[in-house]
Parts: sequence; structure tokens; C-alpha cells
Amino acid sequence: MSTLEIKNLNVTVAETQILRDFSLTLPKGEVHAIMGPNGTGKSTLAKALAGHPDYEITSGEVLLDGEDILELEVDERARAGLFMAFQYPSEIPGVSIANFLRAARQARLGEDEELEVTKFYKEMYEKMDALQIDRKFTSRAVNDGFSGGEKKRNEILQMAMLEPKYAIMDETDSGLDIDALRIVSEGVNKLKGPQMGVLLITHYQRILNYITPDKVHVMFDGRIVKSGGKELALELEDKGYDWIKEEVAQLA
Amino acid sequence: MTPTVPESLSPTLESLWQKNQSDLADAPAWWQKRKTAEWEKFQSLPMPSRTDEDWRFARINSLKFDGYSEPQPIDDEGKRLLEERSLLPTEVAGVFIFVNDQLVSFQAVDPELAEKGVVWKPLSLAVKENSELLEKHFMSQPIELGSEKFSAMHGALCREGSLLHVPKGVEIDKPFVAYHWVSGENASVFPHTLLIADEMAKVTLVDYFCSDHADSRNLAIGVNDLYAGQGAKVTYLSAQNWSLNSMAFHLNSTQAFRDAFITSLNLHLGGNLARTESHSQILGENAHTEMLSLTVANGEQQFDQRTLQTHYKGHSVSDLLYKNALFDNGRTIFSGLIRVVEEAQQTDAYQTNRNLLLDPTAEANALPGLEILANDVKCSHGATTGQIDEEQLYYLLARGIPRKEAYKLLTYGFFEEVLEKLTNSEIQEHFRDLIRAKFKDS
Repeated sequence: MSTLEIKNLNVTVAETQILRDFSLTLPKGEVHAIMGPNGTGKSTLAKALAGHPDYEITSGEVLLDGEDILELEVDERARAGLFMAFQYPSEIPGVSIANFLRAARQARLGEDEELEVTKFYKEMYEKMDALQIDRKFTSRAVNDGFSGGEKKRNEILQMAMLEPKYAIMDETDSGLDIDALRIVSEGVNKLKGPQMGVLLITHYQRILNYITPDKVHVMFDGRIVKSGGKELALELEDKGYDWIKEEVAQLA
Repeated sequence: MTPTVPESLSPTLESLWQKNQSDLADAPAWWQKRKTAEWEKFQSLPMPSRTDEDWRFARINSLKFDGYSEPQPIDDEGKRLLEERSLLPTEVAGVFIFVNDQLVSFQAVDPELAEKGVVWKPLSLAVKENSELLEKHFMSQPIELGSEKFSAMHGALCREGSLLHVPKGVEIDKPFVAYHWVSGENASVFPHTLLIADEMAKVTLVDYFCSDHADSRNLAIGVNDLYAGQGAKVTYLSAQNWSLNSMAFHLNSTQAFRDAFITSLNLHLGGNLARTESHSQILGENAHTEMLSLTVANGEQQFDQRTLQTHYKGHSVSDLLYKNALFDNGRTIFSGLIRVVEEAQQTDAYQTNRNLLLDPTAEANALPGLEILANDVKCSHGATTGQIDEEQLYYLLARGIPRKEAYKLLTYGFFEEVLEKLTNSEIQEHFRDLIRAKFKDS
């Protein structure tokens, strides 16, 4: 039951169907990469799982450790243990990262429980040190005026602090220079482990030079059309996506 | 038709006036005369009417003065409790704690500053000891924003408040702090603040306005007049936290002379009906006034904000930013005018009102205006009313923060632009705490 199980998910955006009977099982402790050309529905998958209001799920199931999360509100899904690292994280002027994280942690406590602030800061600083993030970072407003790399690092810090059961990383590598990519990847490597499953959505193979996936899935036209080990990523890097398209066309 | 003066108005206030008069016996003659004149003025002026431009959108019918009374004396234990609730920064230049317009506790100004001529006195004492200064400055700024009647009521009925006079060249970094408490059902208070900063003086004053009981019905009519002499730097901060069942008027006037720099920030949280009038007058060149305001309107609260930036002299700057966050059936009215006289060339004047609507039932009214007679100026005014940014909200939700909490966080964030201008971090944090406390209670 320790899996994120997506079963026959159909999703439409503005009345256009994007995901078609999408199925995938991500066991806890594993890293799965989802690759595919642009416009095949990779980001739609991420947003639909996280409950973005613009993405309508017409049928299917998503079970988080056996619990159907599709009936849950966005914030309830997050508290159930789903984390989404955004491709384009929002900027929130005036709300410091520390206060933002405090609110997120407070939300995970019982109604009468009060977050222990000193412990919280201690933990946050430890995690920042481990992720090589400057402690001054926490007094800055969430993503406000951040560079692309800083935004992604902030996503990693949040992931570290919220300790999700399953993390979906939506093209976290896009727009990052090689240094930022390395730092973000190192962060993911530090955080991954038996307690967390990671779904790494990416267009390019290069992040997989830093993060080794247990499985690679190729997505095309709203569903997974091919799955394999990490070597599949290299094959895609080498040959591009066209041969996959041809394979799919032959099957049709 | 509503009568111009409600019949219930006079008896209550009449008795307040009589009580006030009995205090006047040993006061200087000018003071007695001034107060009597204010009382007469109050009586002769009509109540605001629906057709007054200065009262547009206001709920005139809610202006009822019946039932308010002379506050009852408060016992020592009560005083002690209120003293304890009067939070102060670690370092202060002087403190007054008033309860029901009576001084119950104070911290006098340092002898060193007193020697330099700094005056920090309760009004009741200043009337006798600093009569000349008061005679010149008490209620001498023009009231032009609609509350002439209520200003006169304050003039007649006010008995206590702060006089702060900082003489030429004296710079004080620590803030002066005054707490104005009201205690008891139907109690009324008329707090007064007069700050005079002479040439090149530097000073900060913080006023806190609060009710002893969260649900008591109170009336507060406060006047606060600031003078910033040539090159003076004045910071005036206030936190209005009257009970939610109160009616409050705060009439602020500021005069900025050449090279003066004035920052004012008013935090508005309390009151059922709270009206603020702020008039900033530029009377010299190269002056700079910053007018900041933060308001949380929720429940059935109504905040009525009228502002005027008058540039009598050129080459100066006035910059206004009023931010309102509205929940439930909360209602705000912002009506602001920038007035630049013909000879005030090279004026920079800005006026911005931003309203954040967190519930569809809340209502924000904005009436920005310009009246510019000079031809070489930079002026802008703008009012925006918007809802929470959906993507920001989604981001907070996606981190597991419940919707209600997310709204609060985004409101705090909305206010931070103004709060971060405060240089005293303790006061800044205290203001944040007051805002947070309002959400906790609701």
C-alpha cells in the first residue's frame, strides 16, 4: 500500500482532453522519471495531482497509500503527504519564507497544538545548512525577486521542511544553469530515501546525470507509452523522441 | 426626513460639557474662552447630511451620540491591569498611560532632555504650565475634511492628552509612547495629541488607542496635530484598536515647514464606525510628508477615510499610501484629494489607495481626486480594488496551508510593504501582533 497509484486518469483543460487513461504506480523509496516531448501532458499530470482548479479530472483514481485523494481539497492533499515542486513557483511579496513555512508546518499539527518555534527554527537552519542555503534566505519574501535557481532551491527547502510521502517535481530542471541544476539535484539526492517517492518530470535527460532514477517512463499524447530503466533516458538522449512516436504510430 | 440634530444628541453631551466646565475653574482665561467657543461652535454647526460631498458613501444614520456618558472612575486594580496591558518598547523617551482621559501612569522625559527644553506633559498640566505654547497651537490647524462639528466637540470636551515639544536642534531617537484607554460601557473619551518639533528637531511619537473591554460601547473623538519646523524629522505612529462596538473619530493635521520630513502611519483595527481625517499641509519648500495607513475591516465594521494633501509651497513631496484589507461585511471609504496651489511649482504629490477584498460581501469605495493649479508638477493618484491573487493562493494551499490561514498570510503580506518602513523593530513587531490578534479574535 506504500505507493502513489494513479489509475486511468482522464484530465481535461478548458474542455480539451490532455491525459488519457494515464496509469502509473510509484512505490515509496523510488525515483521515477517521466520524460516526453512538449505538449504530451507532463505538466498537466503534475497540476492535476496537486489539485489545480483549472484541471478537471473527468475519471480515474489517485491513491496515496491507499487513500483516494481526488476528493480532497488542494491543501488537504498536501497535508496527506503530496508535495509539488513547481515549475514556476509563485512570488508572494511580504510573506517571509520563515513565516510561510511556519504556517505550513502549523497546518500539519492538531487544532490545539502550537508549533514550537525554537525547535522549528533549529530544524530549518539545520536543513538549510545541509542544503547549502544561506540562512538569510528565510527572511526574504517567498520567491519575490528570486532568480530561477533561487526559486527552485526554495522549492527544495520546502520539500525538506514538509517531508512529503510523495514529491512531484515539475520540470524542476528547466531554466537552470548547470550550477543551479547541480545544487538542486544534490538537494533531491539528500532528501530521497525509503520514506519518500519522487516523480521527476523532465523534458531533458541532463538532470538524470545527477539524479539516478529507478524507472524512466516516456509519455506521449497523454499516457505512458514506454517504461524502462535508467538506460532508457540515455537512449532518448541519443535518439530523440521520434522513434517513440513511430512505435506508437505502428501500434495504433 | 432626519432632523439635522438628533434630539438625543444634546442631553448626553450637555452633561459631559457641564462636567468639563467644572474642571475649567482654575484654568487660564484663554482656555476657558476657547473651550466655550468650541462648545458654541459645536452646537451651531449642523450634523453632516447625505448631500455633503465630504460624507459621500458614509452611513450618516449611524452617527448617533445618545447614551454616551461621563466615564466612571476606575479603581487602582483596574488601572494596574491596564498598565500591564500597555506594552512598551524596551527603550522609550517618555510614556503616558491615560485611562478615561486621566493620567494614571507616566515616565517623565530624561532630565538631560528636560534641561534641553523638551516638554512632555499631560495636557491638563500643560494648560497651566505651558499656557503660551498651547494657546498658540491648540486646535489651531484648519479642519477641512467634513468633521468641523466633531472637531469642535473635541475642542470643547477634551481634557487630557499629550503635549510634546522638542526645541531647536534636539534629536531624540527613542520613541515617546502614549496609551489612551477607555474603560466602561458607554464611556466617552476625547484624547488629544499635540506634537511640536522645532527647527532641526527629531522625534518619534506613538499613540495607542484601546478599549478595556472588547465588547463595550464607547465613543472616542481624538485630535492630533503635528508641527514639523524647518528641517525637523517627525515620525508619528498610531494604532487604533477601540472595541468593535465603538464609534471613533480621529482628526489628524500636519504642518510641514521647509526641509521638514514627516512620516505618519496609522493602523486602524477597531471601531464599528471609525472615521479618520488626515490633512497634510506643505508650508515650505523641500519638505517631505509620507502618509501611511493600514486597515483591517471585518464583521460589520466601517472605516471612513478622508485625506487632503495641500501643497502651499513648491519643490516638496507628499506621498500617501492607504491599504485596506476587507473581510465579511467590512466596508471602507477612501476619499483623498491632492491640492496644489498655483505657486507651488515643482510639486511631487502621490496618492495611492489599495483595497484587498477577501470576501465578496465586503465593500471598498474609493474617491481619489486632484485639484492642481500649478502647471509644473508631478502628481498621480490611483485606487485599486482587487481580490486575492489566485495563483498565490494556490501556492499556499499546495503547501497544505488551509484557505483561511492563507488569506491571513496574504493579508499580512499585503501590509508588509507599509510595515517595513517602520525603523523601530519592536514597534513594528507590536503592530504586526495587533494585526494578527485581530484575526485570532474573529
